[in-house]
Amino acid sequence: MSSALDNRKTGTTTAGAGRSRGALASLLRLRELPVLIALALLVLITYLNNPLFLSPQGVKDLLLNATIIMILAAGQTLLIITRNIDLSVGSMLGLVAFGTGSLFAAMPDLPIIAVLAIGMAFGALLGTFNGLLVTVAKVPALVITLGTLYVFRGLNNAWAGGKQYFAGDRPDAFGALSVDTVLGFPIITLLAIAVVIAVAVYMSGTRPGRDLYAIGSDPEAAKVFGIKVSKRVFLAFLANGALAGLAGVLYASRFNSVGATTGAGMELDVVAAAVVGGVAIFGGSGSVAGAALGALLLTTITSSLTALRVDKFWQQAIVGILILVAIIIDRVASLRTAKKLRISEARNV
Amino acid sequence: MMLNRKKTGQAPRLASLVALTAAAALALTACGGGGGGTGGGTSPAAGGDQKITFIPKQLNNPYTDVVLGGGKKGATEAGFASSQVVGPLEASASSQVSFINAETQAGTNVIVIAANDPDAVCTALGEARSAGAKIVAFDSDANPDCRDVFISQVVAKDVALIQTKLISEQIGGSGEIAILSATANATNQNEWIKFMEEELKSNPDYKDIKLVAKVYGDDDDTKSFQEAQGLMQAHPNLKGIISPTTVGIAATARYLSTSAYKGKVALTGLGLPNEMRPFVKDGTVKEFALWDPAQLGYIAAFAGKALTDGKITGAPGDKFTAGELGDRTVEEGGLVIVGPPTVFNTENIDKYDF
Repeated sequence: MSSALDNRKTGTTTAGAGRSRGALASLLRLRELPVLIALALLVLITYLNNPLFLSPQGVKDLLLNATIIMILAAGQTLLIITRNIDLSVGSMLGLVAFGTGSLFAAMPDLPIIAVLAIGMAFGALLGTFNGLLVTVAKVPALVITLGTLYVFRGLNNAWAGGKQYFAGDRPDAFGALSVDTVLGFPIITLLAIAVVIAVAVYMSGTRPGRDLYAIGSDPEAAKVFGIKVSKRVFLAFLANGALAGLAGVLYASRFNSVGATTGAGMELDVVAAAVVGGVAIFGGSGSVAGAALGALLLTTITSSLTALRVDKFWQQAIVGILILVAIIIDRVASLRTAKKLRISEARNV
Repeated sequence: MMLNRKKTGQAPRLASLVALTAAAALALTACGGGGGGTGGGTSPAAGGDQKITFIPKQLNNPYTDVVLGGGKKGATEAGFASSQVVGPLEASASSQVSFINAETQAGTNVIVIAANDPDAVCTALGEARSAGAKIVAFDSDANPDCRDVFISQVVAKDVALIQTKLISEQIGGSGEIAILSATANATNQNEWIKFMEEELKSNPDYKDIKLVAKVYGDDDDTKSFQEAQGLMQAHPNLKGIISPTTVGIAATARYLSTSAYKGKVALTGLGLPNEMRPFVKDGTVKEFALWDPAQLGYIAAFAGKALTDGKITGAPGDKFTAGELGDRTVEEGGLVIVGPPTVFNTENIDKYDF
């Protein structure tokens, strides 16, 4: 009892030092930090073994590989934070990517900005479908989007058949988006970073953004508190769809072919990126920046294991271990927070 | 009688329907089986109700579509009453089995299959054969014990040799090369790679060429793309890549053409002219090879017809006529060869449309 009092006293006397120590402590508590450290170590070790890893072309490849997953992870974070999930992102991306290919085949002179807008609108439409099903039918998002994963993929198969559109069918300027760089960053990566910043600001700095956390922490309490839960969740699905649409258009810019199977299986990479980046799978905590870093980490692991000539069959196991580590860190952090809360509340009594 | 039955309710009516369908199916199978077994020497017109089904590695694959286009044409010309295509959307080992089972139950006379895994489809094919169906493997062989004939694009060794020849020409006969293949257990790719490795070891012309890596892009655009990147980083002295799969070569070409390695690292392999045209024109790829995939399906259909009519049994020396492509002979191991591969470059690529 007395020691606690002493602590408090010293705390107030050395307020200045305490504040800077507090800043350091809160930095250490950041959920993004372990991901950042892991990423830095990974890049460093790979670079020391194979200097080519950080050549201009190598860096460009690393960024390009992460770009599309980064955008998808930002969208997915919006949903996971509200205790929802969207498993249909790979299928949505596939539909929009094939749509982009068809659009350019039909109208080669369409301005790129218009194609981006159409792609995002198409994605938003698909997201609306998910959002309506989840909020109106009140069925868990996991089940709904598992269904739409197959529905969208089926539509894509029916629409595309064996047809594929190749890079040569699209204007050179469109393909150049994922080739040209500004200050060493590929243009589509800059676009992805802008998206992540925009979503991050929305999530941490606006009322509707904070509402999403409240919904994920306790949906019932959020409803009692007067938050329009259904509306917010619906809009999150819509936004996620629009981002998947954007990713779909960029996919068509970067890769050679778009067809019936484009984006298949991508949803699991996206969820893995968010989880590794510290987004709690049961909602309520995590950040977009973390998810983006998670995406960068996962895609960098693939590249670095190849650069180190590690057998590629190990890659999946390593990704799995990372997910487990992320979940354990999450658990330990939440236990510590709970303990701290107990102690501080006990003091107040 | 009918009225009585109707009155007794749904169940008996359903039962009689099922019985009727079953009887019809049995009768049809019997007909088909009989036609196949005793039809030796009869004219094609005798098998007017014969059915042929193509089961590719996966649907919605552009290469497969060209093959199947030739197959449909061949099936009509050979005199099949109906031809259809069924198959999985994913090229995995076990995904074809349920489709084979369905064809067995439907009493299809000829099943033409490109096996995703030579052994995984064996049991199902065995059941189909004992029900009277003839099995023609094409594109990628099934285990020889479970099929009648295998229609091979070209002599496997020729495919391998043309690719080693092309890469050697393009890198000036010396340096490090790598192979970017389809899946690690793909039958045809692995056979070609085996021949390539032997040739590189045994041919003195290739003594300065070193094969440093074999990687697998799983016939997936994204994966092949990243494997190509990885090759560049892991092997800074790489002079050339051979990609014996159409998805792999196109993805690698796309990567090279958008990276600093364009023009510095040679690329060759097996590709579709329509897919490779921009990369040949922009100088990323000098020359690559392929056979005409449509002929593969075309000959497979005629081989199926000859088998089911009893004109051939799949024994070495058997001869049959494959429509406009002329006579083909069954070789050792039930092999039927389509023809030599074609090499594509800037001069001739515009003449091809597939």
